[in-house]
Amino acid sequence: MPTTVPTTLEMREISIAFPGVQALDRVDFSTSTGLAHALVGANGAGKSTLMKVLAGAYSHYSGTISIGGKRVAIKSPRDAKAQGIQVVYQEVDTALVPYLSVAENVMLDELVNGMQGRFLVDWSAVRTRAGAALEPLGLALDLEVPVSQLTLAQKQMVLIARALSRSCRFLVLDEPTAPLSGAETADLFRALRDLMARDLGVIFISHRIPEVKRLCDEITVLRDGRRVARERSSAMSAADIVEQMLGRRLSEPAPPSGARAQGGGFEVTGLTDHEKVFDVDLRVGAGEIVGLAGLVGAGKTELCKALFGASRASCREARLGGRPYRIVDPCRAVRQGVALVPEERRREGVLVDESVATNLTAASLASFCSGALVRAGEVRRAAAGMIANLGIRTPHARQIVANLSGGNQQKVAVGKWLLADALLYVFDEPTKGIDVGAKRDMFDLMKRLAAGGKSILYASCDFPELLGITSRIYVLYDGRVVRELVTAKTTEEEILSYATGGR
Amino acid sequence: MQPADGEVQAKRMVAKGRAAGQRLGAQGAFQFLYRWGTLITIGLLVIFFGLVTDGFLAPSNLVNILRAISIVTVIATGVSISLAVGGFDLSVGSVASLADAVVISVLIWWGRGTAPAVFAALFACLLVGAFNAFLIVRLRVPDMLATLATLFIFQGVAMTYTHGGSITANMMLEDGSTAPGRLTAAFNAIGQVPTIIMVMVVAVVLVQAFFSFTKHGRYMYMVGGNPEAARLSGVPIGRYRTYAYLGSAVFAGLGGVMLASRIGSSQVNAGSAYLMDAVAAAYIGYSLGGSGKPNAFGTFIGSILIGVLQNGLVMVSVPYYAMDIVKGAVLALALTLTYVKKHGS
Repeated sequence: MPTTVPTTLEMREISIAFPGVQALDRVDFSTSTGLAHALVGANGAGKSTLMKVLAGAYSHYSGTISIGGKRVAIKSPRDAKAQGIQVVYQEVDTALVPYLSVAENVMLDELVNGMQGRFLVDWSAVRTRAGAALEPLGLALDLEVPVSQLTLAQKQMVLIARALSRSCRFLVLDEPTAPLSGAETADLFRALRDLMARDLGVIFISHRIPEVKRLCDEITVLRDGRRVARERSSAMSAADIVEQMLGRRLSEPAPPSGARAQGGGFEVTGLTDHEKVFDVDLRVGAGEIVGLAGLVGAGKTELCKALFGASRASCREARLGGRPYRIVDPCRAVRQGVALVPEERRREGVLVDESVATNLTAASLASFCSGALVRAGEVRRAAAGMIANLGIRTPHARQIVANLSGGNQQKVAVGKWLLADALLYVFDEPTKGIDVGAKRDMFDLMKRLAAGGKSILYASCDFPELLGITSRIYVLYDGRVVRELVTAKTTEEEILSYATGGR
Repeated sequence: MQPADGEVQAKRMVAKGRAAGQRLGAQGAFQFLYRWGTLITIGLLVIFFGLVTDGFLAPSNLVNILRAISIVTVIATGVSISLAVGGFDLSVGSVASLADAVVISVLIWWGRGTAPAVFAALFACLLVGAFNAFLIVRLRVPDMLATLATLFIFQGVAMTYTHGGSITANMMLEDGSTAPGRLTAAFNAIGQVPTIIMVMVVAVVLVQAFFSFTKHGRYMYMVGGNPEAARLSGVPIGRYRTYAYLGSAVFAGLGGVMLASRIGSSQVNAGSAYLMDAVAAAYIGYSLGGSGKPNAFGTFIGSILIGVLQNGLVMVSVPYYAMDIVKGAVLALALTLTYVKKHGS
């Protein structure tokens, strides 16, 4: 094999702003083919935005991009692909056509854009070229199998093969290992190293510091839209990386939440959903707010749903309010006194086409009924009371929820459970996408519930928020609780270090 | 400069305000049309047919229309129940045929009374509804496909049961004897005015009350609106989808019984003709009063629209073979209104 001269990629002083946010502020980034370069940063640091600039998703950035020392203009995805830049995004299923074969999915770009007026598909060529693209990945896949039958790891390989089927000099992988098992990750890394030996440049976005250290030669750390570090990965310890991700700024001291564990409450051991949650033990005292910290993909949502019986989950033992708690399905979870405020508000938390009143009483409708008949007057009164109580901004209780702001929709999703009067409240990312004022209201509400003797489990990837309100925090990594921390004695750095797989 | 600027600004604002007002006006008119379009259309049709024909507005003709739509309406209210949980029941026509066969056979072949016959028919429908629910809720076959399959199954069961023929009073049985039973007076009355109209009105009012005033009805809307949110609110969605298919089958069965009484015999596939009209009526009903959901009153109005059209078109001598064009066009119009609204907002 001839030794090739590595091609360099340089992004200089890249800045981009969106309404209200300076997403990237004069960021420099450089790497070259034959290397793996990690791009790390906390949620919202600008990693994805930077890579989208490189992929041509935006045209309104400033700064320059050069490849092999020559300036190139990348203003559209087509430009990026012409320069040999291919991106594999995190949500693999959105990029695949499930009932087409592996060969067709690998060659999809070609079949769509490369036909040049030809009318018939040359199947033997498609198969040959798809096989050639899959070959360096060391993956024995039947080309005729529909993609819907593949595992997540195999689907990811199909997408990587698709990227390689076009001219590809730089391959950007956005959180590729989040859904993968340890063995699958090892396979992926082996394939990537082979490709790097054939002069491919890999840009690897990840939250998982140990993996980054294992695969990558160089690391760029972003924080709040700025580049804060660029080092050889051997020169940075995991602790250094975490420190750079957060900056030296210490987290604000956590105010005592006034919550103290009392008797009763909620307790579970050996909670497992056989997919994303394994052998989790949790304890949330009555009147206590307990945090569940974890990065995207750590299994927080799955854990919350498992508790609620919304997935096929089982546990060794569980008790709620002094009585045994059985995990069967959401309907029985509600009856036993568990409430879930789900992460996907619009899809799972509220009925967007229904009125505020209907939504608020959705979980407790039976208590507003005589026999099967709904007492409409009481529903109206209860809804009006809850609207006032939570400060939901709506002209009237008959307003359709779709017309409310995100924060007010969230209040409706929570208010539904206040009327249902549960014992354990599970909040999954309740502050996602709502404004500061609504966030404060949400925290006040949690404190009020805790003061009333309820147990609160609060799952979030926003660690400062967790530090501000909880008394204890469980840190989740890869579906397991890796650490239980007492909030008063911990720091954001410590949580992040455990959440990224540190020991 | 300053005053001029201010003037320009003021003018601009006035213009903006006016434009907004116009937009709001257009929006309002559209809203109004969306909510009451079906009723307005019915009104216009009635006026039109009243003017161009002699007998259309005669009380006897209006009663005629109500009688003609009663079977469709009852079947369509059943369809609206399956639509309410976000499902769909294509098998209602076959279920009506089955009920027709069962009710007549119990009366004529077995010589039993009206009540046992009607109950036997409705019980048979509960069974087939349970089969639909089993396929859709338990085995997770998509509703449209499952009920397409059962459309054939139930149709075949009904035909096999009647040995592929019709059942009539005094028919000759296989052993050469004459069928022992006859149609009772009570049974005959079901298909006559005013009973048939009363049955329809009661069915519509009951189903609408169920949707509006009972928690079960509200739960069904929740399941149909957003199954995941309903499930995570603790609504047992599987159970409500099962109830909906049972309900759908029972109302289709009731329609079948009315049909049997109306024609006084069991005919092969008599019910299948009602499927498409019933589905159309239920869909037209979505928009009534701006509810945007399947509902019984809307369904009733939808089938009145179809009935008025059919009756009026006959009276103005539109040939029967061209009538489907008009019916289809009206359905397309009603659905356009419903879906433009959904995407518009």
